[in-house]
Amino acid sequence: MTEQTAQHTVRSYDEELKFLTHKIAEMGGHAERMVEQAVAAMVNSDNALAQRVISDDLILDAGQREIDEKAITIIGKRQPMAIDLREVIGTIRISSDLERIGDLGKNIAKRVVAVTDTRQTLSVYRGLQTIAELALTQLKDVLDAYATRSVAQVNIVRERDDEIDALYTSLFRELLTYMMEDPRNISACTHLLFCAKNIERIGDHATNIAETVYYIVTGTQLPAERPKEDQSHTIVVDEPLAS
Amino acid sequence: MNLMTERNLEKAVNDKMSAQGNAIKMQGKDVTVHYGDKQALFGVSLDVPEKMVTALIGPSGCGKSTFLRSLNRMNDTIEGCKVGGLLTLDDEDIYNPKIDVVELRARVGMVFQKPNPFPKSIFENVAYGPRIHGLAKNRQQLDEIVEKSLRRASLFEEVKDRLHEAGTGLSGGQQQRLCIARAIAVSPEVILMDEPCSALDPIATAKVEELIDELRENYTIVIVTHSMQQAARVSQRTAMFHLGNLVEVGDTEMMFTSPTEKRTQDYITGRFG
Repeated sequence: MTEQTAQHTVRSYDEELKFLTHKIAEMGGHAERMVEQAVAAMVNSDNALAQRVISDDLILDAGQREIDEKAITIIGKRQPMAIDLREVIGTIRISSDLERIGDLGKNIAKRVVAVTDTRQTLSVYRGLQTIAELALTQLKDVLDAYATRSVAQVNIVRERDDEIDALYTSLFRELLTYMMEDPRNISACTHLLFCAKNIERIGDHATNIAETVYYIVTGTQLPAERPKEDQSHTIVVDEPLAS
Repeated sequence: MNLMTERNLEKAVNDKMSAQGNAIKMQGKDVTVHYGDKQALFGVSLDVPEKMVTALIGPSGCGKSTFLRSLNRMNDTIEGCKVGGLLTLDDEDIYNPKIDVVELRARVGMVFQKPNPFPKSIFENVAYGPRIHGLAKNRQQLDEIVEKSLRRASLFEEVKDRLHEAGTGLSGGQQQRLCIARAIAVSPEVILMDEPCSALDPIATAKVEELIDELRENYTIVIVTHSMQQAARVSQRTAMFHLGNLVEVGDTEMMFTSPTEKRTQDYITGRFG
């Protein structure tokens, strides 16, 4: 089924499907930009940029709604089958993942003001930057996989999610250490911890999209047993904070 | 690709399982059909599992109706038609010269595209078959067969007060269900349906589809349909024909969500045909 699929006899059907694909590409690019800018706003304490990210989220919400409506119209009007059906259903799922990614980006942007007020040194952000870069690579690669219908790329993305999880776990420890060192760090570090968690979730959404792309292309579901999750839920503080 | 072989393997296992789940009622092995010089079927091998609905799909002229008609030797009536290969009903060769074709057609009934009731009363339409086959010993038994058949075809309630009015006076959908009742009346084992809903409106179609689903409990059904949605709705097995060949056969669910063959995919998604 990797062969090029021919055109439909009804040309407008092709155009409707193409619209969905383009819209996903557009939403994907938008989501990437939002996450990138949210993290940049956090690292550079750029409140104006943060505000822009927050207002940009509306575009993704609108995009998702548009895809839902168009997809439902296609199902009602064309009764898609096989690859077309998977394509339409896949688009609905991917757009909802992208919309969630936008929400997570917005949530990071919302915390910029609070963290800026506490004036942190740059080193505190380094971990966040690293995990964000990795998540953005995942997002970019999975959007490429969608555009090129590449199963190989899907597997790469899926495997790499472990790295994000591991990075998140270590970032969790790191931020906890800062808090233990100096209680004045607690406020900022808690916000950063949420930011890190948001980014880890973005990685999960990228993995979801990868699984959807796999389903669209092959018609089969990937096995669900991928050993996943970050390990932060098992971490405890070694010594009591106050003595 | 590794992935594809795995999928094919899985498919093969699935195929085997569905075939094992229900015994094979009818079987075609290397079936060829010629109409004069023109060859319509090129060695089709297809199993029809018992008490299941098997849908035959494919573009016009692909041989699906030809295959259907060879299952009860309906092709015999067409001049110059030659059938080769092996076709069996319960492992018995139905083209064996010793086979009584009339009896065969009683065991393998047929419903056509256009409802074609006899120009007789509703009662007579259904009673005709049982009478000529001597299935009823007396009038009372005949009445019972007629009522039971009409009930099975979900038509009895609608016509019980006018059984002696002309069958041709019914609506198209009712006429088609009358034809199904007529087919059922001789207690067939297999019912062949050649686009039974193509002349019906959506409500009448829904009734016939509901009926097909009920009939599956007692009968083996083979249906030719041009409506992909209908094949997806009513059948458990789907066979895709193209240019006189069987392209692919499998569980209906699989065929309509992720067919293995590109030709099947192109056809059901509206890319050719």
